[in-house]
Amino acid sequence: MTRSTPCPPSDAMVRRVLDRRAFLFRSGALGCSLAASPLMTPVTFAAAPWDTRLVVIILRGAMDGLDVVQPYGDPDLTALRPTLVPGEAGGAADLDGFYALHPGLGDLLPLWDRGELSFAHAVSTPYRDKRSHFDGQDLLEAGTGFAPGEPAPRDGWLNRMLQAVPGITSETAYAVGAGEMLLLNGAAPAASWSPDQELSLSPQARRLIELVYETDPLFHANVLEAIQLTAAMEAEAAAPDPEDDLDEETAQAAMMAGMTVPEGNAPHLKLAEFTAGRLRGEARVAAFSINGWDTHANQGNALKKPLTALAETILSLRAGLGSVWGQTAVLAVTEFGRTARENGTRGTDHGTGGAMVMAGGAIRGGRVHGIWPGLAEADLYARRDLMPTADVRAFAAQVMRGITGLDARVMEQAVFPGVDLSAAPEPRKLII
Amino acid sequence: MAVDPFLLSIRFGYGPGPARPLPRDPSDLLQPLAGPDQMAARFPVAPFAVIYDETRAYQIDMRLRNQLRREVRAMDAPPADLLERLDAASDAARWHIHEGRRRQARSLGAALARIAETDDPFRERLTRFWADHFTVIGKNGLTRWSASAYVEEALRPRLTGNFADLLIAAVTHPMMLLYLDQSNSIGPNSEAAANKAAQAAADPSRNNATAGGLNENLAREVMELHTLGVGARYGQEDVRQLAELFAGMMAILNKDGLTFQPARGEPGAETVLGRSYGGTRPAMDDITAVLRDLALHPDTARHLARKLAVHFVSDDPDPALIDALAARYLETGGELLPVYELLLHHPAALSPPLTKAKQPFDFMASSLRALGVPGARLAGLDRTAVQRHLIRPMTRMGQPWEVPTGPDGWSEPDVAWITPQGLAARIEWAMALHDHLEDNLGVTPPDPRRLVDTALGPDAHQAVVFAAGAAETRAEGIGIVLVSPQFQRR
Repeated sequence: MTRSTPCPPSDAMVRRVLDRRAFLFRSGALGCSLAASPLMTPVTFAAAPWDTRLVVIILRGAMDGLDVVQPYGDPDLTALRPTLVPGEAGGAADLDGFYALHPGLGDLLPLWDRGELSFAHAVSTPYRDKRSHFDGQDLLEAGTGFAPGEPAPRDGWLNRMLQAVPGITSETAYAVGAGEMLLLNGAAPAASWSPDQELSLSPQARRLIELVYETDPLFHANVLEAIQLTAAMEAEAAAPDPEDDLDEETAQAAMMAGMTVPEGNAPHLKLAEFTAGRLRGEARVAAFSINGWDTHANQGNALKKPLTALAETILSLRAGLGSVWGQTAVLAVTEFGRTARENGTRGTDHGTGGAMVMAGGAIRGGRVHGIWPGLAEADLYARRDLMPTADVRAFAAQVMRGITGLDARVMEQAVFPGVDLSAAPEPRKLII
Repeated sequence: MAVDPFLLSIRFGYGPGPARPLPRDPSDLLQPLAGPDQMAARFPVAPFAVIYDETRAYQIDMRLRNQLRREVRAMDAPPADLLERLDAASDAARWHIHEGRRRQARSLGAALARIAETDDPFRERLTRFWADHFTVIGKNGLTRWSASAYVEEALRPRLTGNFADLLIAAVTHPMMLLYLDQSNSIGPNSEAAANKAAQAAADPSRNNATAGGLNENLAREVMELHTLGVGARYGQEDVRQLAELFAGMMAILNKDGLTFQPARGEPGAETVLGRSYGGTRPAMDDITAVLRDLALHPDTARHLARKLAVHFVSDDPDPALIDALAARYLETGGELLPVYELLLHHPAALSPPLTKAKQPFDFMASSLRALGVPGARLAGLDRTAVQRHLIRPMTRMGQPWEVPTGPDGWSEPDVAWITPQGLAARIEWAMALHDHLEDNLGVTPPDPRRLVDTALGPDAHQAVVFAAGAAETRAEGIGIVLVSPQFQRR
């Protein structure tokens, strides 16, 4: 896609682009006149027609929303969970008198206080009953195809969102990490890179590879990008840029505000650092996974590791993004929740309703959204799971509207076909 | 017309190997294909049938473990011998999972061993082609590591026969029935549905969660992916009717796999593409009948012709090639060997350039073949080595072994594979191969210039010849030859 598209269009390809742009103009996001405006630099336009950042984290394994954001004000919770003691008695921090935050996310409390963290509770996708990780994750990422026997999903909702936007380049969206991200699969270009991918070439080997790739543009362009990406990763790892005062200042400010700035070489920190680096540049959208939520046994212990990874990931993104954090929304979603009752091995089994995490300077934080269904046996789904009262896709859609300015119809028709947006608050209630 | 043996070997096989004869003309690829499957005998892969015995044994061990666990939990101070028995039972149950993973590793080793040593390489390419056309992903119990067993049992013996037989074997295989949810599908007016409704009415507290219904997943994919193709002339009602015909077909892993249960089938006739199938009593014969008709549909002929041309020749194949393949398919009533014969003789399929990118598995396999790695060494790799040196790098290259993203299989276009991440992973693996050759694979690494001669022949690009001689080390030289576009393309 060209960076300086003339307006009006002169050929078929550009016309197609502009048709889509005109569509967006109607929806109030971006018009041709704006694209041609001297105030929009070509680079900004090439990256994406908006300046905000969106990070989607898939929490694979089914996070127990009832343990992470504990409805300890619900009188039925304690009886359901004899050893997973909820609320302040179990070390959790009160959020609003009804919900308490699991101590594993304790490092995020300063974000809650500053209004940079919120949750949606009793949410789920429309996936029901089979409770298979495999299908649940595929459907969560596809965002469609929930009716039995509906066509198998082939692309992801984040990609379909990008398809609705002109000016997307291969640098706009990144799938980060070694695992496949169906979420970003599809017709819109998206880069993928795993920050622990090494490319250790001697100078001579590098010269020779570039030589043999000269005749094949596809190989040539991609090896150059791979070399750049690994070199950037190595440079960052070797020595933080001393001129990057912004990072230093943010880190200090974060420390002053009582926030920890995680350090180390853990894989999730490498993911977060790489993601922040891309988002400081041309990228606007990124997606990756945090695994390890399938806590069938000894959940009190088993949940610590993934929760620490999630908290550190968010704090590392915050530190790495510097001033860009103010324009950033991070969504963390999981394939389904877990059983309301603790099982016989001090864990929980696959369930239905769960919780979603929203963080970032662009988030209107400090609240737990959602309609609480209650935990009395009659209130549970199939007498076993938290009853979902809202579609998690509606929350994702409203956040995306708030971040991108895309029209509600784009969400209802293209991104999540048939989704009922009224299940979630209006964008202005979720995004600043 | 004179055919370039290197082109023939690379486009329709896994490229040359130091001790392997080059195909001088298409008959050198077609004749072995018409003969016995020598590599399957030499490097065996466990058939899917072992899963049934394994599943039964696994369930027995799990039952014992669960029972002991209940006993332990019920006691305040369980005796030491009971705890020991629980540990032993847990280990016994876990063994089946580990054995499943080991079986998967062995089958990958065997697949590579066959490719490294075969003089019938087109058979190996066809195995991968049809495994992709009839993609399955194991998602239940021991099937999770059993995709190769399905390929070996259902597809490989039928590569050269009639497409209808291949189709029936794939679509009615337990692996496919489980993957595309056919095993959960029951006819809306079946006896089984009526029983479930009666149970639900008698006990309203039971959530309707357990009530089954019709699942169209397999029926849709059979039409869209396996036979007619997505653009073909069929509608939602055809999908629905085919799903009703399929209802009753299911997999039972702790018995003998495929079973047809008339009580779950939809009574009455169904109409698919204007033709009526079945009578009052649902039956398996109606399913094979509709599959045979779908196999011979002209849209199926075109769909398969196009897929063959795209996979073997070009992402944008000559329409004349597709027409010719589809015509041959229909003339012969879906016989596959004559279709392959035409493909390998068609001028459009025998002319350069090679524009496709080898998929990660094929790249690794052709590298091992070009380096003359002995099949026995590959087939004998243990699970750790397979995981570390094959599956993990393949995953980084974008192709996790036996876990494609969906039923439509792997992508064909080169841009899907030659990405920064994918290419970096290819380069890392190729550069490290030299040391593995010596340490793990029993091969003295060749001089990179010899590798150029073996793998690329007299038409090797000057830049590759130069680089092979100019590399600082033998390891880098070998790596550069293998990651050169000339070796990566086919």
